[in-house]
Amino acid sequence: MQEIILAGFGGQGILSMGKFIAMSGLEENKNVSWLPSYGPEMRGGTANCNVIVAEEEVGSPIINKATAIIVMNQPSLEKFEDYLLPGGIAIIDSSLVPVMPKRADVSVYAIPATEMAYEMGNATFAGVILLGKLIEVTGVVSRESFEKALYKILPPKRHGMIPDEMKALEAGAKY
Amino acid sequence: MGERLLMKGNEVIAEAALRAGCRHYFGYPITPQTEVAHYMAKKMEQLGGTFVQAESEVAAINMVYGAASCGVRAMTSSSSPGISLKQEGISYSAGAELPMVIIDIVRCGPGLGGILPAQCDYFQMVKGGGHGDYSLPVLAPCSVQEMYELVVEAFNIADRYRNPVVIMGDGYLGQMMEAVTFRDEEPIYKADKSEWATTGSELKRDHHTVTSIYIEADVLEAHNNKLQRKYAEIKKNETRVEEFNCEGADVIVTAYGTVARIVKNVIKDAEKEGIKVGLIRPITLWPFPSESFEKYAGKCNDFLCVEMSAGQMIEDVKLAVNGRSAVHFYGRTGGNVPSQPEILEQIRRIMAEK
Repeated sequence: MQEIILAGFGGQGILSMGKFIAMSGLEENKNVSWLPSYGPEMRGGTANCNVIVAEEEVGSPIINKATAIIVMNQPSLEKFEDYLLPGGIAIIDSSLVPVMPKRADVSVYAIPATEMAYEMGNATFAGVILLGKLIEVTGVVSRESFEKALYKILPPKRHGMIPDEMKALEAGAKY
Repeated sequence: MGERLLMKGNEVIAEAALRAGCRHYFGYPITPQTEVAHYMAKKMEQLGGTFVQAESEVAAINMVYGAASCGVRAMTSSSSPGISLKQEGISYSAGAELPMVIIDIVRCGPGLGGILPAQCDYFQMVKGGGHGDYSLPVLAPCSVQEMYELVVEAFNIADRYRNPVVIMGDGYLGQMMEAVTFRDEEPIYKADKSEWATTGSELKRDHHTVTSIYIEADVLEAHNNKLQRKYAEIKKNETRVEEFNCEGADVIVTAYGTVARIVKNVIKDAEKEGIKVGLIRPITLWPFPSESFEKYAGKCNDFLCVEMSAGQMIEDVKLAVNGRSAVHFYGRTGGNVPSQPEILEQIRRIMAEK
């Protein structure tokens, strides 16, 4: 079972990133849950979501201990670092998060995702770059399922972007 | 069976209602249930139904009253403060015996409170937030899939007994996405409403009156007695509960909605410590599944009621357990949700005191 917390500022696409993972899990016929923060903190503040992908039935949709976190701002790292299980995975947008985790018992992947995304000519790819690393190191879902999920979630007018999104995913995986 | 879809709880409520044949929706936006209205606004026109964003919650519930009087399947949805505003209309609808479905995606109170999840409307929905001797079936789903199934069921119960039916879920259930599989065809109970619905007499029959006013004491008492007989019938036929791991349990936890799912995780945690924890999950909050508690009262010495409230369902648990076992309580309010470690700690404490 993978229990993943994704967190950052409102507007970075955090909730969509979570939805991509949940939908990819569904593509693989797994059990999934996606729980967004919907509190007042969303307005200009932090946004986060809890995504669970499991072979077994999903019990609580609220993550108590995370197998992985993806963070896209400093406050999110400070808030969610302690949620990681020992040996858990922290994937961090190092373009936006200057101070790295304090914990020594977790695997840290610092990726300058926002800078990479700008270089690719589309700032919105930052999230997908980070998801590339998540998929690479956790195997939570396959790239094929991820691609299928993109086609299902994104509106048809944005399907033309999907090959580039997949390149961004690849870049994140390889970083 | 169709494809597994990833959908938000609130959207599934709306989709389920449409599948159940609801073509009349009246509501007013409020977090955390607004997606119900969004979805209805989008779909209802395509289906040739009626969607109205009313000027207020009071107007919305009275529009449902009007539509239900005409014999059609009608629904409204809101969240706690909005449900408070609807209470007059709900009491009138119960009195006039109108089938309808009312959705309450509960947020934290009292007052304007906050928008985070809570279960603090238990008293309001289960004990009657409006005036008079009435009862409403209150269904409490704990997953998106169950939300779908219970909304369809709610319309059937409403029509079968000519009574408003409530779906009560905490804010998380409305906001979360999970897989849902819809049936190809819904099991729809087709009620004969020709004896009472105000469909227009065309002067060919006596006119029908839908009302809750009965000025004479004996007439109103007879009406009340009829309602009570109906409620007894609902109690007999419509009580729903999930019992899990209760036989020989050291502690039986009782919870509904999202909290019940957290408890399911706690059961696994406790098992690792050699503690057997059972779960009684009421699916209908009214009628309350008292029998499940009666069955284990006196056998399991400790019950623990966990709620996202200061302690409301616990009153029904205590009535059912009836002093034969200890009933403990753990609750969080304000939009905080009882966590897995917190509940486990309560269980450890109960075990230490044994």
